[in-house]
Formats: sequence, structure tokens, C-alpha cells
Amino acid sequence: MRSDPADFEFVAPTSLQDAVKLLAEQQKAWLPIAGGTDVMVQFAAGTLAARNLLSIWNVPELKRIEILPGEVQIGAGCTYTDLREHEVIAIEFPLLVRAASLTGSIANQNRGTLGGNIVNASPAADSLPALLVYGAELILVSVRGERRIAYCDFHTGYKQMQLAADELVRAICLPRNFSGYVSYTRKVGARRAQAISKVCIAALGRVQRATSVFIEDVRIALGSVAPVPIRLTGTERILIGNRLDSALVLRAEKTAAAEIRPISDMRSTVSYRTAVVSNLVGEFLERLGEGDGR
Amino acid sequence: MTQTPGTKCEISLIVNGEAKTVSAYPVERLLDVLRQHLGLTGTKEGCGEGECGACSVLMNGALVVSCLIPVAQAQGANVVTIEGVTGDARFRTLQEVFLECGAAQCGICTPGMILATVHLLEKKPEPTIEEIRERLAGNLCRCTGYLQILEAVAEAARRVARA
Amino acid sequence: MLASRLRSGPWRAWTPAATWEIGWSCLKTESIVGTATPRKEGRDKVTGHARYVDDLSFPNMLYGATVRSQIPRGKIKHVNFGPGILWNEFVVVSVKDIPGKNCIALIANDQPCLADGVVNHAEEPIILLAHPDRYALPKAVAAVSIEYEPLPAIFTIEESERRSEIIWGDDNVFKTYLIEKGDVDKVWAKADYIVEGEYFTGAQEQLYIETNGIIASFEAGQGITVWGSMQCPYYVHKALMALCDLPEDKVRVVQTETGGAFGGKEEYPSMIAAHAALLAMKSGRPVKIVYDRAEDMAATTKRHPSRTRHRTAVSKDGEILGGEIEFVIDGGAYSTLSSVVLSRGTIHAGGPYHWPNVRIRAKAVATNAPPHGAFRGFGAPQSLFAMERHMGCIARAVNISPSEIRRRNFLKPGQTTTTDQAIREPIDLTKLLDRALQLADYDVKQQRYAKENKEETEGLTRKKGMGIAAFLHGAGFTGSGERYLSSVVGVEGGADGGVRVLVSSTEFGQGTNTVLCQIAAEALGLRYGDVAIAQPDTAQVPNSGPTVASRTAMVVGKLVASAALGLKQTLIGTGMLGETHTAEEFRDACRKYIAAHGDLRSFARYEPPPGIHWDDEKYRGEAYAAFAWAVYVAEVTVDLATYSVSVDDFVALQEVGRVLHPVLARGQVLGGVAQGIGFALYEKVEWRNGRMHNNQMTNYIMPTSADVPAVRVYFEELGNQYGAFGAKGIGELPMDGPAPAIVNAVEDALRIPFNSVPLLPEDIFEAITGHERESRSLSEAK
Repeated sequence: MRSDPADFEFVAPTSLQDAVKLLAEQQKAWLPIAGGTDVMVQFAAGTLAARNLLSIWNVPELKRIEILPGEVQIGAGCTYTDLREHEVIAIEFPLLVRAASLTGSIANQNRGTLGGNIVNASPAADSLPALLVYGAELILVSVRGERRIAYCDFHTGYKQMQLAADELVRAICLPRNFSGYVSYTRKVGARRAQAISKVCIAALGRVQRATSVFIEDVRIALGSVAPVPIRLTGTERILIGNRLDSALVLRAEKTAAAEIRPISDMRSTVSYRTAVVSNLVGEFLERLGEGDGR
Repeated sequence: MTQTPGTKCEISLIVNGEAKTVSAYPVERLLDVLRQHLGLTGTKEGCGEGECGACSVLMNGALVVSCLIPVAQAQGANVVTIEGVTGDARFRTLQEVFLECGAAQCGICTPGMILATVHLLEKKPEPTIEEIRERLAGNLCRCTGYLQILEAVAEAARRVARA
Repeated sequence: MLASRLRSGPWRAWTPAATWEIGWSCLKTESIVGTATPRKEGRDKVTGHARYVDDLSFPNMLYGATVRSQIPRGKIKHVNFGPGILWNEFVVVSVKDIPGKNCIALIANDQPCLADGVVNHAEEPIILLAHPDRYALPKAVAAVSIEYEPLPAIFTIEESERRSEIIWGDDNVFKTYLIEKGDVDKVWAKADYIVEGEYFTGAQEQLYIETNGIIASFEAGQGITVWGSMQCPYYVHKALMALCDLPEDKVRVVQTETGGAFGGKEEYPSMIAAHAALLAMKSGRPVKIVYDRAEDMAATTKRHPSRTRHRTAVSKDGEILGGEIEFVIDGGAYSTLSSVVLSRGTIHAGGPYHWPNVRIRAKAVATNAPPHGAFRGFGAPQSLFAMERHMGCIARAVNISPSEIRRRNFLKPGQTTTTDQAIREPIDLTKLLDRALQLADYDVKQQRYAKENKEETEGLTRKKGMGIAAFLHGAGFTGSGERYLSSVVGVEGGADGGVRVLVSSTEFGQGTNTVLCQIAAEALGLRYGDVAIAQPDTAQVPNSGPTVASRTAMVVGKLVASAALGLKQTLIGTGMLGETHTAEEFRDACRKYIAAHGDLRSFARYEPPPGIHWDDEKYRGEAYAAFAWAVYVAEVTVDLATYSVSVDDFVALQEVGRVLHPVLARGQVLGGVAQGIGFALYEKVEWRNGRMHNNQMTNYIMPTSADVPAVRVYFEELGNQYGAFGAKGIGELPMDGPAPAIVNAVEDALRIPFNSVPLLPEDIFEAITGHERESRSLSEAK
């Protein structure tokens, strides 16, 4: 353990109002901490730059899950376990629940939050591709009020985001638009459990079956292959409205490989990540063709 | 609660059924508070990164890794450690079966493994080997190769179900 | 327990709500050896009462930390104690504070305890600090800045061999061995095939879940006492005597409950004990040093990386006529145990095969890495990986199946090993192989997968394969090693009539306590519950040798049986006990004897078995008192989308002399296979400038429960006249087989050879695409 606990300031507001007031009033560069599964690792390693921690773990407004007719609003303080155990989310947003079940261990899932995953903004974060394909919107809150932002606009660069210093992510809104879609997700890590992903993919597709299969809609997002999680908009464009055949699959695989910007790092290599992305896009399209949702 | 640097705070929590109050820095790890302040050394540190599960405890009924919890977030919480499991007759069978099946070799992962098992059996009283394998995947063991642990959990579940 | 008496601070007394059930075997007096008696210290482990070193606290205790080199090689120009730290609150130790010799005494004694003007590896210890507040130390360590004059550093076997930098001795070579049998130079002319291969294994971190830790205290009258996590209390004892310039009786070493070791706590504890002792001597207060995971991974020993080259003359029937083997290991910056690792690897390099002619050249070379050290298998997993992969190579060259090529070359009773050791036991390796293959359904599966793998590549998402590894593992110290150790074991009677085993052999999960008590109980006609084992404390137990080399059950166990019989004879000799007796009668006699005479102890010392000869010069003769034999079979799936390998089924069949405890024995195999799976597929040390870059559990990948299949374990028993109750050592054997079995299976699946571990999906991807590129360009050329 390489940090001295005496060096840190710690506040724990019990309401959202108190939390945003603190963020606004004190010019202290508060670092919000929810479940601590990222912050406390840095703390123990002695690499946590922040000295002022604002705990939002016990802010009840952040833990609500609201089921509305058109969307589900997930409080940013909801844990992966909360997601896994919520009936509606499990049925309507399987990509998110599957990503949650593949994040760390049961113990990590009981503490890690969706909001934390978003603002920590690791390029390898498991839940974020699912949020992209579901067309998530974020509700951000500060003393100045609330605003909504499309999640696809939120990340602007590696660990950079559209979040003011006095703002918190309050909720993640998922439109309830995806019945009838085939879901596909895979996490490729160094081992089967408790691994940081080398590549993670979340994809949705809707097809029309006649004599051949026509792609009505397709949404593909990836993590760990760019500084931020990305939608393969180029690949989606060449797929939508077209007949699904092996030539199209090959084109899609090639386009996907060209859209990503992976790096070689401690975990994996550019060429491996690129090849795996192509392969997984191909595997998704095959599932789509067979109508085999996952 | 607001705490400036260098000042400790009073944390009241329930540990193994007993009310406790500790004076600690708010961001001290729950793991260290349990081990140093409360003398409950059964919970172990294996990695300090939330990766090995040796520090697992139950907090408000949820399995958590205590090395990643600032003690201030345990204010008012109900915490159960291996000492609490040992003091609870409901888990006697589980511990005996661990012993019988060779689930503990060097023993350092065992407290965390038992906490994870208690949590698992509370959620799934009759788990399959595959469910056990998946739900204990957050507890690393270097000695056993896992199989005798999985068998112990399955056997403990069977015996408890029979009783 | 002694340690618990020394605790200070809040202490929660624990009283059990009810008494525990005692395993039925505790109450039996018939055979105890061979049954699943409860683990001796198991209750404490499952209740959270077991006390590991970081659970202990002493009054007035300081915490210690180590300032380490940030560069792999260079001269120390200046040590600067930076601003912002109240240095007068700290105890500071440098090389100048060492009373005796600045070395960690082991074999060649070339490893300094603290760097003296020069560093030869990253993480080399330079300055020691201690302070009452453990949270104050990291900042202080960071505030010590060292000015270096860097020197060129070398990091690979090839760089070391090139000798453009000499970093150790005259030629960077710690040790060499040469084994010669028959006349290898004549076989090439007769060969129908000459098969060559080069095989590599990487470093591997032991990753015991309890990191290294020691508490030391010093009192001018008593000397130094250390408590901690270790395998070999007498190694630490020897090291501290030399370092602190203290006589035998002024150094005391006590092993605390140890949370895994696997060889990683064979020699390293001497270093951390030395550091804690120096701080204790300087401050006059007890000092605890416990490494966090990052420090433990970066600074302590790892498995020696290796390179093996084979050149083999083979007949058209697939018989090995002879060959040359070159076996090289990377020892890191100081020699430590490299000569012994090299020895074992060299002797095992020929595998379980008959080599009528062979030349084995072996060497251990120096690089600027933290010294590599003991890890389960100790050189044999490295050379056996090469041998078993090379058999695959030979099989392909000669077009004979992997199973048949092995049958045609297995050692048979009457034949001799590469060191001319005659196989005198009725081991039938062909039968062992056939049984393993049958258990694994090898033939049916291998053929089915070969067919399925070929099916039109469109739509094929995975390929499956089967792999074999056949191997052996010599138990006990090599050659004259056991004679040199001259181990002593004691058994003592207690005033309550019970008996205690006195050994320095340590428990760290493998079952030392349990097995040695089983042996003593059965030898004495007592119940398992009548026998206890003393905590390994050099002030209280004799030196039964280090707890390594798979020797504890076999060699030390046999001495325990001898000492026990000696104890029994003493009682019988006085007439207090009959030749046959019940357990209660024994206890009565023991009580009576002690009441009359004060104490009752019996010691036994190792006697080399007659007719066992080993020539240290020529490296020839009986290398080991016994070999255990094994055949492992792996079934794997290679996912063609992600290039990941999963082990779907694994058969581990071994002949082990005698199974002393079925649950412990199975546990050893299961644990060793899991580590072998890690060695094969997951555990890669990422080196940056001579330092382990991925020194966190997040980034050094060991298998979780989701990565290890339900390994199927089977035993055969041929007995062993040199081992307790017929046992052979089994602790390390299971480490030798998984890597080659798995890589052979991957080759079977993909028809691409892989000659290096760890074998990562990225490596498989490169090989597959390289392969495709190659075959595409060949077909284009047509």
C-alpha cells in the first residue's frame, strides 16, 4: 500500500443537491468516487494524483432505476450487480447485462458503477460499447441544472469528455427500441474471467428475411481498439439496406479493420486486435444471418 | 461528513454482529481497519488491486473486496468477515467440508474463498459446478488448481440441502 | 503457538461454540498412511485463525522498506536523502552497517545483501529504511534519489553468450555441465533422419498469494530472531550467521504459517530476513518487512528462462540412435541457485527415453535481471518441455504417430538413463502411456478432430487437438546432495503421552504437517490425533534439510519413520512397552518414561542407501534415489476468431511409488497442472529494460477457476524402497507435463509447430497468418 491515508480529504454528501453544491462551491478539484474500483487501485499503488475525494456512493438519487414508457433511466451509481439483477434491463438490454457480468469479479461487480465506468473512460471499459449501440443519452447535473447529451458525443479523446468540472453524470438513458433485434457481444481478454479486454464488441442487428436476408439496421461498437469506445459507422453504412451474403461480410470485415485505431501495448498487438475485430464482425454477421440472437 | 486531510473520523459499523466504532482516516482501506484497528487478521491482503479476492468480506450482504473500500463508505454498514462466519453455526458444515475435500492447502486464499462461497450459496443454494466455477472466478488460488474447492462447495451445498 | 503469544494490540479471544468433529481416521489405529486424515493445521486455515507473518505484531515494532535500483546496471555515484522527510525519525541502513559479510550466503556467495557501489540488476536493494508508521515509508523511499553512472546491460541468453559485455566472472557463465554416454559422434553416419529443434521457455512468477514477509528482532544477549514466510529456516539461519557475524546459537529462525511458496520462498527469504535483521540490529526494535504485490513481483526470483537445442539421429523406425542436447538457462545477475537448477534440468533433458548415445552440454549464464531462482520443477519443466516438443518433431519427420514414437523409445527396466542410471523397478511406460491414452479417449478424439479440422474452412470456428507428454521426475537432492545435506529428524514424547515430530521441513500447503504425522503415527502404532508436529524453529528442531526437491515425504518421511521406531525401541527396551501395543498403552509408557527420565527423544540421520553411486566429476551414475513417471494428455480447442486456446479436458496419470494421502496427493497434481497451464498459455513476464513491467495481478495473468478444466487425476503405485512407506516425491512432477502436452495439442489442432512458452493468442495468430501467407505465396508460385 503506497499512499498515506492522512494526505487525503474526504467528503460524503448524502444528497445529489449537496454533492453538486460541493463540486461548484469549492475550487478544490474534487474527484468523485463511487464504488472505488478504479480510484482505490490507484490509491493503493500510490499513483492517485487527486487529494480531495467526494464520495457519491451514498447519494440515493444516483441509485434509482426508472422504467419509463420510452426509455429506461439508470442512475449513474448503479452497480453492475444492480444491472444484472434488474428484470427489465436483463430482457431489453442484454448487451449491457452481459458486459456487466464479464466485468471483473462478483465482488467488483457489487461495487463498480456504470457512471464510474463512463467517467473513468478506459478505452477497454466493457460496458461502453453496449451504451453506444443502444444509443444511450447521459443526463449530466450541476448546480446550473441538468442537461442531456448523446453518449456518442460524450468522449472527445483519450480520457477527455464533455463533462464540466462541476458536473456529475446523474443517469444513463436507454431508449426502449430494441425488441426484435439480434444481439451479439464478446469480450476477448487474456483469460476467461477477471480480464481487461483486448477487444470487446457489442452489436445489434435487425434483418428482413425473404428469399435472402436483408439488413434493416445494424449497430456495431468496439472497445479497446481506439482511445475511446467507437461505433463502426463506416461498416454500418455499407451493411444497412443490403443483402447479407459472403461478399458483403468480407467487405464489412475489411471496412471494420480500417475503421479502428488499435495500439500495441502490454496486453496485445495492433495486428492481433485488427484481425480479431474482423473475425468478430464476421461472426456477428453470421449470427445475424442465422437469426441466432445472443 | 466532511474531513480535511490529517484528521481522523469516527466510523461506526457492525462487524460480525457486534457494534464497533473506530477512529480512522476516512480513506483508510476497510481491509486495514479490520486487520489493524479491530485485530481481525483473518481477512488477508494478496494483491491490493481487487484482483485476487483474498480480502473478500460481506458488506450489507454483498461480497466485496475490502482492499478497495475506503472505510468512510462503511459507515453504518454491516460487515461479516471470516471470524463472523466461524462464529456462525450455520456455516460449520461448509468449513468442515472445505477441510475434508482438500479445498485449503496453504490457506491464504481460504477466508476469501469461504466468504465468496457463503455469498454464492445465499444466492444459489444448489449451484451447478459451472455456476460455482463462474462465481468463484474472482478468488485466485495458486495451490489447489480449484477443483477440490469447487467440489467442496458443491458437497457443502448438497449436505445443507439434505439437512 | 509461540507467535500468538507475542501479539500485542487488540486481541479477540475465540472460543468455539461446539467441539469439532474429529475425522474418523483420527480414532483408528490401523493404517493411517494412505488415508485422507484431516489436514493437521487445516482447522485454523478454514476458520481464519491461521497466523501468517503479516498477522503478527510485536510491541515497539517498526516497519521496514527497501530502496532499490531503478537501473539494470551501473555504478552508484551518490545517495541523496531528499527534502520533505523527517529523516531523523527513520532508521537508515546501508552496506556500511553490515557487521559480517555483505552477502546472502547460499552456494557461490556472490550476491550482496546491499549494493556496494555497483548495481547489477533493476530492483537491487541499496538502502533500508524503518519507521513506526508504515504509511510514512513509501514517501521516504521515493525521496531517496540515487545518482548512477549507467553501464551497458544485457538481458538475453544470446547477449550474454556474445560476451560484448562481461557482467559476471570472466565469461558470464555461472556453471556448465557435460554429460556423455556412449559415442555420439558415430551415430550421424548411421542415421536415417537427423532432426533438429530449438525450444524456449520464458520466466514465470511463482505468485504465491501471500507475499514475502519477515519480522526480525535483536537483543545483544540473545542475538537475532526472525519469524516469517519461508521454506527453509536453516538456509536463513546460515545466511544470517554470515551476514551478522553471529554464532549458531545467536541466530534463531522461526517459520510462520506460509501462504504458498512453490520454490519462490526457498532462497529469497534469506535476503528479506537479512534486511529486517540489519534494521533490527541498528534500531534495537523489532522490524517487520512485508512486500506489497508490486514489489514482490518485480524484485524477487522467477523461473529461469531457457533455450534448448536438440540434434537427434533417428532410425527409419523412429528409434533414437543418439543426439546432442544443448541446455542453457538465464540465471539473472547473481549465481544464487542456478548451478542446481541447471543440474536438474540437464539430468532430465533426455526425458523418459533410452539414449544409447548422448552428449548434453549445459550452461547457466548471467544477465542483468533480478536473479532467477527456484520454482517447482527447478529446471526440469524447461528441459522436458523441449524434449517432449522435440518428440513431436521427430514423429513428424519420421511419419510415425506421437504415441508410437514414444513407445519405441521409452526406457525399460534394465536400460540406463543419460547419466547411466539403471532402471531397476518394473516400470512399464508403454502400459502407462496406453492407459493415459485410453482414459483420454485419445485415438478416437484425435482422429475425429483431424477430420473435423479439415472440413471446408468456411464456417469453421474452432479447431481441436490432442497432445501427449511423457516424463519423469527425480525426487530428492541430486546425486550426492542428500548425503551432503545429512538431514536429521527427531521424534519426541510428551508428558501427556503424545508425540511430536521435530523437523525443519515446512508446511506451505503441500501437506508436510499432515504426512509426517501420519507416518509417525503409523510407525508408532498410534492414532493420527496422538501426533503433533513442532513449529519449525531452529532453536527447537534439527535440520532435516530444505523443503524442496520433492524430498519431504520421501526422504524426510523415511527419517521420521526411523526416528519413531527408535523412540518405540527405547520404550520397549525399558520394558515399559510390549512389542505389540495399543495406542493407549504407548501413551502410558511414554508418560511413565518421562516421569522417570525427564525427556524422551529419538533422532535419525540420513544414511545414503548402499549401492548408490554418483560421480560429480563426470556427472554420471545414480542421479536420484527414485524417479516418478507420468503421462499427461491434453485436449484443447483453438478458437479461430480469437486464437485463444482453452484446455477442455486433461488426464494426469502418474506412478508415484505410494499415495500417502489421497486428497493431498490429488491436490498436488491439480495444483501443479494449473500452474503448468499458466506456464503454457498465460503467464508471460513483460520485461522492460531488465525489469518486470507487468508486476501487478491485473497484468500478470494466472489462471482463474474459469480457465482450468476438471483435471482427471490417476495414480499408480510401484513402491519405492528408499521412500517412506514406498512413496516417491510428487510435488514437482505435475509441473513438467502440462506445457508440452498442451503445446503438442495445439500443434495437433493447427498443424503448425510451436516451440516456445508461454504460447499466447497473439503468437498463434502470427503463426497462422504467417502460415497462410506462406502457403498462399507457394500456391501463387505454381
